[in-house]
Amino acid sequence: MSGVVTLKINGQDIGAHDEESILQAALDNGIEIPTLCDLPGLSRIGACRLCLVEIAGNSNLVPACITPVQEDMVVTTDSERLQAYRRTIVELLFAEGNHVCSVCVSNGACELQDLAETLGIDHLRLPGLHPAREVDASHERFILDHNRCVLCTRCVRVCDEVEGAHTWDVTARGIESQIIADLNVAWGDSESCTGCNKCVQVCPTGALVDKGRSVGEMRRRREFLPYLTMMRKENGK
Amino acid sequence: MTRQISIDPVTRIEGHAKITIQLDDSGAVSDAHFHVTQVRGFEKFVEGRPFHEMPSLMGRICGICPVSHLIASAKACDALLAVTIPPPAADLRRVLNLAQIAQSHALSFFYLSSPDLLLGMDADPSQRNIFGVLQADPQLARDGVRLRQIGQQIIEILADKRIHPGWVVPGGVSQPLNAEKRDAIMAMLPEGLTIARRTVDWFRDVLKKYEEEIATFANFPTLFMGLTTPEGTLEMYDGGIRIVSADGERVADGLRGDDYATFINEAVEPHSYLKSPYYAPYGYPDGIYRVGPLARLNIVDRPGTPLADAEFAAFRWQDRNSSFHYHYARLIEVMYCFEKMAQLLENDTIMDEHVRARAMPNSRVGIGVSEAPRGTLMHHYEIDADGLITRANLIIATGHNNLAMNRGVLQVAQHFIKGEVIPEGMLNRVEAVIRTFDPCLSCSTHAVGKMPLQLQLLTPTGEILDELRR
Repeated sequence: MSGVVTLKINGQDIGAHDEESILQAALDNGIEIPTLCDLPGLSRIGACRLCLVEIAGNSNLVPACITPVQEDMVVTTDSERLQAYRRTIVELLFAEGNHVCSVCVSNGACELQDLAETLGIDHLRLPGLHPAREVDASHERFILDHNRCVLCTRCVRVCDEVEGAHTWDVTARGIESQIIADLNVAWGDSESCTGCNKCVQVCPTGALVDKGRSVGEMRRRREFLPYLTMMRKENGK
Repeated sequence: MTRQISIDPVTRIEGHAKITIQLDDSGAVSDAHFHVTQVRGFEKFVEGRPFHEMPSLMGRICGICPVSHLIASAKACDALLAVTIPPPAADLRRVLNLAQIAQSHALSFFYLSSPDLLLGMDADPSQRNIFGVLQADPQLARDGVRLRQIGQQIIEILADKRIHPGWVVPGGVSQPLNAEKRDAIMAMLPEGLTIARRTVDWFRDVLKKYEEEIATFANFPTLFMGLTTPEGTLEMYDGGIRIVSADGERVADGLRGDDYATFINEAVEPHSYLKSPYYAPYGYPDGIYRVGPLARLNIVDRPGTPLADAEFAAFRWQDRNSSFHYHYARLIEVMYCFEKMAQLLENDTIMDEHVRARAMPNSRVGIGVSEAPRGTLMHHYEIDADGLITRANLIIATGHNNLAMNRGVLQVAQHFIKGEVIPEGMLNRVEAVIRTFDPCLSCSTHAVGKMPLQLQLLTPTGEILDELRR
């Protein structure tokens, strides 16, 4: 049985279903919390940690996307401490990969870029690692550029949860982690990929893109996702 | 005792360079070199990138001529697609390139060289700059600023951005031109042409004061190379390559840009990161040639627009081998650019909506050749089956002029530098000869040693130390 709880977010009294996450309750009430791995229509995994919030009485920060609301919870979504954490996370993402917005096909339509702008990141305090990463252009219509991947795993989830193909996965550990198709084959050789391009539509950066795009030409359509998820659920009843 | 004079950095040029001058026991100049001291490495780090990104990547080589690189790069990508781009797209690229040449020439002439020309080679160095020009002749300085602004604004109207626009893409351009934008550009052209004419009128008189410089500023016989139309007029975007000798005899004509490797070889000198291309049939270093405004006007029968043609008649009486006349040629080209843009924009077909051809890559090798402000620009790409770059070779306009610039530095140094005490104005002349070429060094220095051509390592005396063929 689901019930209704009341809580405070940023001093605002809010009512929410007790199954809901803090993120969902905030969004429903017009309160913005920055996210990267989260996307409506996909399962929530708390990977990127950008949605960290403060809860009164808890010295730890918690990810809003996977923390359920509770009665009388007092949540703060924006503070100097949170800003500092978020800026550091985004700077680490930039430093870990090879992100060059000015020559990227996703320039102007990139969630990582938007985050940097929102958080006021105009330079990195950390030296870039400049890793040598591959570009997989073996697919006829799409390109996977590991240089620009932030491992949000939206592609992994959409392929598994919505398309049902489960082509994408993550291999290795830590800084060596990367997205792979099937059992680490070139994308063009993947037997499970249906070529549906859902992964390309959900990618927040320039990691998964249409072939043939020039700088700043990549645009995504994601409105379909919640509807697809809803329809699949209804049909499966 | 032998002595070395080092001018480091060379001022009022684009990029970083130094000049060294060797003096012998008697204080006479025994040798001089123009060193380009930076490496950019674009040829190397584009390897592995999808070729559709190349125009924007290569545009980043330069903030002054991003358009030139965009165009040569997009042409190389057109060749990878193996498509003929829609004619309106080619015309739009032409207009963009002409606006770029006009603004870059304005930068070179007014900002970088007019201090020498207006105030004199021996003027006080603290005054010998664009601010000094502004004080001495406000109209001239304003003209320079305005001319550059017009060129940049045309680029912005066409491509949405003055510097590093993303509008030029493989297969054409990303957006067609509408009537409103066309009219906005057309409205600016007459003023640009007026400024160019006013400046040419002033410059003709200036020339009389510089006879000694005209005689010694890289004034020696070389070949000249550039693109022309089949009719023998100026062509900045496409066309065949024509090479003429020092006295104007046609050495080669209608050469295809994508055959460049059959007639141009690249040598590398130990003192510079800038490669030294030469005309292969004549060998090294006899295959020395020049490109850019002077070369273009030396190879054509006439520029091809009314006012530029009229001025060309006067220009043709000048010494065709003096690099000092790059300045004059540059001004005539500015006139040509504004006249030619008007001709192209008057034609309504330039507003056609079909401006982009789409295709999968159909060729593994793509070569794009166009005229940049400083001369012929060559981009050569090779891709794998997935469309990722496996090799890139760039020959930048400034590179073509490397041999001539070096020889020019020596010539000027030998003429003007004598004895123990060397007046600053004399050293300024050594820099000024380089400025006539308007070198863009940030554009021109790439991965030495990755050329898919014959590679020679030479001692300062021209002796071949090592030779490599790929």
